[in-house]
Amino acid sequence: MNTLLQISGLKKQFGGVIATDDVNLEVTKGELHAIIGPNGAGKTTLISQLSGAVRPDSGTITFKGSNITNRPAHARAQLGITRSFQITSLIMSMSVLDNVALAVQAHDGHSFKLFKPARKITHLRKNALQFLQQVGLENRADDPASALSHGEHRQLELAVALASSAEMMMLDEPMAGLGPEESATMINFLKTLKGQKTILLIEHDMDAVFALADRISVLVYGKIIATGKPDEIRFNDDVRHAYLGEE
Amino acid sequence: MNTIGKITIAGMLILAIVPPVLLLSGQAFYMDLATRLVILGIGAVSLNLILGFGGMVSFGHAAFIGLGAYAVGIPAYHATYGEFEMVASYNGLLHIALAVGFSALFALITGAISLRTKGVYFIMITMAFGQMAYYFFLSLDIYGGDDGLTIDVRSELPLINLDSPMQLYGLSYVSLAVAMYLVHRMVNSRFGMVLQGTKGNVERMATLGYNTYYYQLLAYVISGAMCGYAGFLLGNFTTFISPDMMHWTRSGELMFMVILGGASTALGPILGSSLFILLEEILSSFTIYWHLPFGLLLILVVLFIRGGIMGLFKNMGGSSK
Amino acid sequence: MDYTLLFVQVINGVQLGLLLFLVASGLTLVFGILDFVNLAHGSIYMIGAFICASLTFYLGNFLLALLVALPLTGLVGYAIERFVARKLYEKDHLDHVLGTFGLILVLDTSAHLIWGPEGISVPLPLWLDGQVEIFEGAVIPTFRLLIIATGLGVAAGLVWLVNYTRLGMLIRAGASNRTMVSALGIDIKTLFALVFALGSMMAGLAGMLISPITEASIGMGGEIIITAFVVIIVGGIGSMKGAFIAAIIIGLIDTLGRAFLDSLFELVMSENAAETAAPAVSAMMIYILMAIILALRPQGLFPPKVR
Repeated sequence: MNTLLQISGLKKQFGGVIATDDVNLEVTKGELHAIIGPNGAGKTTLISQLSGAVRPDSGTITFKGSNITNRPAHARAQLGITRSFQITSLIMSMSVLDNVALAVQAHDGHSFKLFKPARKITHLRKNALQFLQQVGLENRADDPASALSHGEHRQLELAVALASSAEMMMLDEPMAGLGPEESATMINFLKTLKGQKTILLIEHDMDAVFALADRISVLVYGKIIATGKPDEIRFNDDVRHAYLGEE
Repeated sequence: MNTIGKITIAGMLILAIVPPVLLLSGQAFYMDLATRLVILGIGAVSLNLILGFGGMVSFGHAAFIGLGAYAVGIPAYHATYGEFEMVASYNGLLHIALAVGFSALFALITGAISLRTKGVYFIMITMAFGQMAYYFFLSLDIYGGDDGLTIDVRSELPLINLDSPMQLYGLSYVSLAVAMYLVHRMVNSRFGMVLQGTKGNVERMATLGYNTYYYQLLAYVISGAMCGYAGFLLGNFTTFISPDMMHWTRSGELMFMVILGGASTALGPILGSSLFILLEEILSSFTIYWHLPFGLLLILVVLFIRGGIMGLFKNMGGSSK
Repeated sequence: MDYTLLFVQVINGVQLGLLLFLVASGLTLVFGILDFVNLAHGSIYMIGAFICASLTFYLGNFLLALLVALPLTGLVGYAIERFVARKLYEKDHLDHVLGTFGLILVLDTSAHLIWGPEGISVPLPLWLDGQVEIFEGAVIPTFRLLIIATGLGVAAGLVWLVNYTRLGMLIRAGASNRTMVSALGIDIKTLFALVFALGSMMAGLAGMLISPITEASIGMGGEIIITAFVVIIVGGIGSMKGAFIAAIIIGLIDTLGRAFLDSLFELVMSENAAETAAPAVSAMMIYILMAIILALRPQGLFPPKVR
């Protein structure tokens, strides 16, 4: 077993609300690890602490053996950990291809070039287009991101995450708001990524989670109450009581 | 070429031809107006780089114009009246170097602090730093303080005689064209892509691995330096400089020019500065209370005209949805 | 060191600080609750001063004029909210800044139209126009003591209003969660208009109190607004406690800097150089303070809680 990400004793409090309560979690290299839990369980806050947008009150986050707890977000991204956003956060004024090209450019190392037109750097454009093809958006490449439908935005979010060529991707509800057909496409696509990328998946769609996950952790009121293989979680009494029972 | 491109070329052609023709036909007044418009246009273009493309709402840009103007006035003052032999000079190239250098330095220091803040803090802190520069020059009695400083001798440049209105206009016009070209190249470069990305979504850019702070700071310094150069021209044009050039209301006017014309477009700032100066001229010839209709117009523009004049053109041209 | 002079200057600094607090508290209240940047706040300060000045001549008594002018300034604030500010709330901060910049032009020119280009000096009643000797040599104008008392009174009143009244509860709730307040069945529009009018009255009060010392004049708003911005940046935008502490600090630094910096500089440089440098440095001191505090704490001394 090869641990990629290790979280120990992570705590975060907003005013009187405990969003993350002593979370311990290990993500193994290459696995698809899902985190489920009722609304307000602190799933997004957890991801935000891992990506560096929110500072934890205490606890440590270790990625590839180095302590990243106090590193800023951009430094974590450079180490190879990226996230997608639940509320689509693309750069709407830019074209679809530009959005992906920005992600490619981030690890290309020439972002302080001031005069050469960015859209004429062929290897950036080609790479970006490949990621668009992967998610099936290549024919929308030149449209402004604002012109895409909600489902397409989710696809583009994924393309951007892929293009950052991070070793580990944290996906915050990639299926949110998708219709049944779009969801099925997304599930199939995530299946093709399994094994290539380490994925931490937050998702409400239980069918998707049980179809995709290697392991599942259940987060309730900021605490992880169980971690295990899908079948272990499905038949865990605590989980059924605390979470699945509500559905 | 698209509609916007054609309008940009047409606008620049008008500025190249009309003012010189008017001057040659004896209408020196219009030449004065055009020179002021073009110089402030450079200031607006440089502000547009960070405000329009970078999403940084700087409310202290007039300070850079003032710094640039004092970079002409102070050396010229000492060249005429003695003291501080080190800086005393009429050499225009030295003045440009001082104007650009000090503006860039001021931008670097104030930007490094301001860019640690976000949103409304950034607006207010840039405004406060601008006022700091204003009060600094206001309290410098040696250079006239409140009363300002008259420039007795204009900057001496090789080949160009700034005492000639035509040549001063020519230099200002070419400078404007160069500034527009530079900004155009920069916003479309890889650096510009990152800059525009930070305007769209800073958190997203950080998640991709960009340390957005340094990109914003570089843009801020470039913008400040360009504005300082505009100040060099303005000092030579008015031959009188005072702290009033740096007052926060001047910064507000510069912002209004950018928004009125259309932020994040190439020609927008020029259209804005043109309309601004023409309106100022026309309204103030009718009444001393011209600020009243001017203020009302500003409120109406903010409430009803999205994207400024260039936005209106875009809608007419139907080039985008 | 001349301790008597120091004492007098400290009193002056506190008085300036309390005036700044009156202006800044309205600004920070409106920003904290309405998320609205109001550059025209300084113009309301000016309008308050002019209304009070006119009424002083009409009614023949400054204090009476002040009491009548207060609700009138509140009305002006209400009208501004109703016809301009309200339409700007949903837009971004850049639009707030430009829209209220336009408002400044309108208000200042209107004042010019109504009251003319000259400033109006405001006479005080005899019993306020005198001086009080606190201890030997330390003579303070009675009116300055009144300003200090009023400033402290308003500060205490604000603490009471925000912490112990139903309106205060709504204000605190509205700042953190607008939907919740709406859900409680409160008319959020009326609440916002009330807050805006209250902020305007405080700015107006500051203008009225300063006018007997300086006079009511057109440019007075543009000067104070920037300092008020510095106060709320240093204090933490939206924080009333921060505004109070920052206002007192800035009032003291500004006053003491202007009074003593040249003697301080003379310790390390020639008299001549000190005389040149001291005014320039003292003019910049509050901005340098702001820069230092923001470099250490980008959200000010008392950052508001995350929404």
